[in-house]
Amino acid sequence: MANPLVQLSNVEKVFRRGSEDIHVLRNLDLVIDEGEFLALMGPSGSGKSTLLNLLAGLDRPTNGALTVAGKRIDSLSRRELAHWRARHVGFVFQFYNLLPVLSAERNVELPLLLTDLSRSERKKHVMNALEIVGLTHRAKHTPRTLSGGEQQRVGIARAIVTDPTLILADEPTGDLDRKTGDAILDLLQSLNRQQHKTIVMVTHDPHAATHASRQLHMVDGQLSSEMAA
Amino acid sequence: MRFVRLILPNFKRHKTRTLLTILSIVVAFVLFAYLGAIRTAFSFGVSMAGADRLIVRHKVSLIQLLPQSYEADIERISGVADATHATWFGGIYQEPKNFFAQMPVKPEEFMKMYPEFLLPPEQYQTWMKTRTGAVVGRITADRFGWKVGDKIPIQATFWTRKDGGKLWTFDLVGIYEGKTKEVDTSIFLFRHDYFDEARGGGEGLVGWYYIRVADPKNAEVIAKQVDDAFANSPAETKTETEGAFVRGFAEQAGNIGAIVMFILTAVFITILLVAGNTMAQSVRERISELGVLKAIGFTDGQVLAMVLIEGVLVALVGGAIGLGLGWWAVSLGDPTKGALPVFTLPPRELITGAILVLLLGIISGLLPALQAMRLSAVDALRRE
Repeated sequence: MANPLVQLSNVEKVFRRGSEDIHVLRNLDLVIDEGEFLALMGPSGSGKSTLLNLLAGLDRPTNGALTVAGKRIDSLSRRELAHWRARHVGFVFQFYNLLPVLSAERNVELPLLLTDLSRSERKKHVMNALEIVGLTHRAKHTPRTLSGGEQQRVGIARAIVTDPTLILADEPTGDLDRKTGDAILDLLQSLNRQQHKTIVMVTHDPHAATHASRQLHMVDGQLSSEMAA
Repeated sequence: MRFVRLILPNFKRHKTRTLLTILSIVVAFVLFAYLGAIRTAFSFGVSMAGADRLIVRHKVSLIQLLPQSYEADIERISGVADATHATWFGGIYQEPKNFFAQMPVKPEEFMKMYPEFLLPPEQYQTWMKTRTGAVVGRITADRFGWKVGDKIPIQATFWTRKDGGKLWTFDLVGIYEGKTKEVDTSIFLFRHDYFDEARGGGEGLVGWYYIRVADPKNAEVIAKQVDDAFANSPAETKTETEGAFVRGFAEQAGNIGAIVMFILTAVFITILLVAGNTMAQSVRERISELGVLKAIGFTDGQVLAMVLIEGVLVALVGGAIGLGLGWWAVSLGDPTKGALPVFTLPPRELITGAILVLLLGIISGLLPALQAMRLSAVDALRRE
């Protein structure tokens, strides 16, 4: 039986715009098991990115409890959340978000700068991550000289280099053509299946969602339906 | 230290912009160094003025003369260790633009009063033996290529000779050096006995007196005693510390220190705005990147420090080059060839410059750094 890694209990997120309260997430209950590959789907404004931000510790719920790997993160301070993210979260962005002035290997090394690892240890981890995504031969290249697919693979290497508890991907294929997107999804799938990484992916694309082990649909800040792959 | 590798590549983003910002800081600090030297030159002697030396001059003005007999009266005042006199000669060497101070003095007393003037003993002995002998400081000797043994003709402007002639010829018997770089080595000194005997008027009168007091703490009291001693006489005196005298002399040309400070303040405020604006622009362009760093786990403090260090590094590079160039330019010597005899950049000015470099870096980087610190990762990533 799988262990629950993420638990959301009665989570609510309200944004204030002027004098108006906007309820982006409403009484959300969700459990994500360890080793799961979850696809979060839904139309724009349904709250899926907000949910991802909460899972990433980038934002805090207005109400409710959010536990990841046994730790309540909803009450952590900004500083504590930053430390927590560095240890537990790997982020894959839609537009890759690599630092243009750094080479691929330096980009991958970024999260390791926040650890106590020595330079040689960091180098070992970086090369290992680049090997997993099949880009060791492009280690010295800057993002400008890499294709979109390669940039996203560097982004994935950066997300896994610290061996995080949770990998969060926000539309990881949204900026790629179908073929390259599939390669990225295959890579995420193999990380999930072979390395047992827990992945939560936000996507608009039903085809992308089929690579996940579970699909959740959100509408108006609530989970509307669930589909196992 | 590991973050430095993350900061340095940022300078490559907009090389021209980085270069121009650094260049503007370089110019500011070259100006700082050069104006600092000019300010020092105008206040020459103030910082070097002996705390135990007083100057006694005519109460009305410096150009009014005092009786030579005052020396004995002054030396009788309790607390006065020594006294000697000097007179402004104001002659011209070849042409009026070749300005330097010339003063008849009593060699033995003057050199004792000014131990910071270093004259080789054998040259001093020759001076004592040579009635028409004169000594000059290194800066003026080098300026005109004078060597010991040269005959130096000086055209008098008001001290004509007894025979009505204006040409005074001196035998250069020595060249003195300054104990430190701040010592004025532009002065031409010759013997008062020769001057007094040959001058066509003003016999028995001198320009001013130097007093060495036994205890600098009593300087003010002794100054008052000296002035009291000559009160109600035909030549009343004004006695002040050497520092105050030199400051007053320098301020005849206006408050140079204040003018220099005003110019530098304007320059630094401009540079602060330029550097601050560049940093702010650089941060604005990197909002999403800073958002990524925060998403990865960089704390607000770490992001603040990185942006701040970036600003400080720009200032450090520009400031170091600027101060270096400024120091080099000052080391080339007095640009006026004589009007600023002590043209040097004292170490304290360099230290002030270094502090200003740091402050410039911190202040210019602070607002952008605070902006980067306050940035929420969610907002930053949304701004793509």
